Amino acid sequence: MNHIVCIAYVPDTETKIKVAGDGLSIDETDVKWIVSPYDEYALEGALKAKEAGGGTVTAVTFGPARADAGLRECLARGADEAVRVASDGLGQVDSFGVATLLAAAIKTLPHDVVWMGNKGVGTDAQVLVPMLGELLDLPHANLVTKMDWTGAGATVRREIEGAQEIVELPTPFVVGATKGLNEPRYASLKGIMAAKKKTIAVKTPADLGVDAAKISGDAASVRWTKLDLPPARQAVKLIPADDPAAAATELLRLLRDEAKVL
Amino acid sequence: MSNVLVFIEQRDGKIRKSSLEALTLGHSLSKKTNGTLGAVIAGAGISSLPSELSAYGAAKVFVADKPELQLFSSEGYTAALDAAATAFNPTIVLASATAMGLDVAARFAARRGVGVLSDVMALDVENGRLVGSRPVYSGKARVAVTASPSAAIQVATPRPNVFPASKAAAPGAGEAVAIDPALKIRGKVVKIEAAAAGEIDVAEADKIVTGGRGIKGPESWPILKALCHELGAALGASRAAVDAGWIGHEHQVGQTGKVVSPSLYVACGVSGAIQHLAGMGSSKVIVAINKDPEAPIFKAATYGIVGDLFQIVPAMTEAAKKMKA
Ligand SMILES: Cc1cc2nc3c(=O)[nH]c(=O)nc-3n(C[C@H](O)[C@H](O)[C@H](O)COP(=O)(O)OP(=O)(O)OC[C@H]3O[C@@H](n4cnc5c(N)ncnc54)[C@H](O)[C@@H]3O)c2cc1C
Ligand SMILES: Nc1ncnc2c1ncn2[C@@H]1O[C@H](COP(=O)(O)O)[C@@H](O)[C@H]1O
Repeated sequence: MNHIVCIAYVPDTETKIKVAGDGLSIDETDVKWIVSPYDEYALEGALKAKEAGGGTVTAVTFGPARADAGLRECLARGADEAVRVASDGLGQVDSFGVATLLAAAIKTLPHDVVWMGNKGVGTDAQVLVPMLGELLDLPHANLVTKMDWTGAGATVRREIEGAQEIVELPTPFVVGATKGLNEPRYASLKGIMAAKKKTIAVKTPADLGVDAAKISGDAASVRWTKLDLPPARQAVKLIPADDPAAAATELLRLLRDEAKVL
Repeated sequence: MSNVLVFIEQRDGKIRKSSLEALTLGHSLSKKTNGTLGAVIAGAGISSLPSELSAYGAAKVFVADKPELQLFSSEGYTAALDAAATAFNPTIVLASATAMGLDVAARFAARRGVGVLSDVMALDVENGRLVGSRPVYSGKARVAVTASPSAAIQVATPRPNVFPASKAAAPGAGEAVAIDPALKIRGKVVKIEAAAAGEIDVAEADKIVTGGRGIKGPESWPILKALCHELGAALGASRAAVDAGWIGHEHQVGQTGKVVSPSLYVACGVSGAIQHLAGMGSSKVIVAINKDPEAPIFKAATYGIVGDLFQIVPAMTEAAKKMKA
């Protein structure tokens, strides 16, 4: 089976976020970039499936040149090939635009399973998995924590509010991984060396037959208009704890009378 | 004039509260645009549900009632939304940002060639265009988003538990309109395993009591559960507690767990790492119980007690009991 893994290359979750001068994007100085944590579960799922059943694993990202480092990381862990859809020079692209470009890239590759993360850390939109299912005309399941291969495809478990759903997916399909699916491996030294020798295929939207003018800049259907930092929280009100019973009583009183949440 | 269509989620014939929140929001948007409020619901044997929705202002309820829709399938339920949208011609489509709502709204948006104002915590309409606000970068920043004037249809998924659900002053007509979407279902739910009876899920809870590594081990959960019981709260956990095997991942709050916005969040023995804050930072009131006064959780908290959770938490349970009496 041939596996595609879509990865987003995003600011490390520890990174301090500062707004850039344009008031729309983040200040990238000092930002450390990582493969989005959920996408690591997706990659691991694909690598395990390949080890068990053969085939290839291709990592795909949409991003600027710096995202090549994220693809190298995937190659070092065991992906066979990597494709970057270049975002250079495009204005804002919304989730539909990203999905359009990724779908166009995936259509040029053999794909039985398209692996993704349940959400891309940073934009946190949680919409690309279903969008890719739709644009590739494939069934999908998101928030997957367990996967059992069957003859025809996979039976997966997904976490929903207050319950678990068991979903049957015939191949080909799109799957969104979340924590619990597996434990992502680290790259081996051998893998890192091998990854250095591999080439990353870089495609422009035009290479993929997508008219960038129709999905970016003024044509984007959803736009960011202002990025800012959330208002600072008020300083904490500390309740002395010398007498636990008195402290607890005072806390509950505040929750009821002042915060009005009880 | 623009119509607003809201996707309604039901499980076992019961409408989810988050859908009523979205419907209430849809009602206020439809009033601002002088439009009509519609709702769409899919399932099997659900003919009694439209009347419940009229109370929230729905003038029309599109019902896809078919045996194949008994259990959820993203393809089948998206087909239902799509058929309703074709019949109703809305300019605004809402679904709650739940596992099901996101699946259906995003597939539908892609079918119509538009993006999604996803997981918004504020949503309004200006000159016919949706404007919203949502947290990004794990809640470390927030962004104002808007739908472009050229988009024929605007899709948004409001975050559960943020917008109130309230009945309309004047109920809608609630006219039930049967729809019969063409179905091509490949991936489908074959079984739902509900959480243990009486357990509230963190993603839907109005109050949450969370335990972190500070609880020392799974034998301490009963101490927290007793407080949950008194407050009517769900039990949450930090990743450290989940990774230690003390509790299932469905309880985890944070970057790689659930993102929650309860009115009350009580963090017990949780240090307040940035990835934990990513999941609960938008809670209305945060209480921190931690023995370390330097713990970062106190920077996010509204109220704090610096002390031993094994003393404070049982005392809170007692105080809550007394308050109720
Ligand atoms: C990519 C990524 C994703 C992550 N996702 C998540 C996530 O989704 N959710 C999450 O929670 N974390 C997540 N983490 C992990 C996060 O960085 C922290 O490691 C984790 O939140 C720590 O959990 P904790 O606060 O329970 O434990 P600790 O940091 O060990 O804190 C325990 C706290 O308990 C206090 N304590 C100890 N004993 C007592 C006592 N008797 N009474 C009162 N207080 C006491 C201590 O003072 C301490 O502050 C993620 C990390 C990464 C890198
Ligand atoms: N720029 C990108 N390039 C490749 N894949 C992406 C990109 N952004 C998001 N994804 C994929 O889509 C998933 C969900 O992202 P999102 O819907 O943005 O939260 C991620 O976990 C990735 O698998």
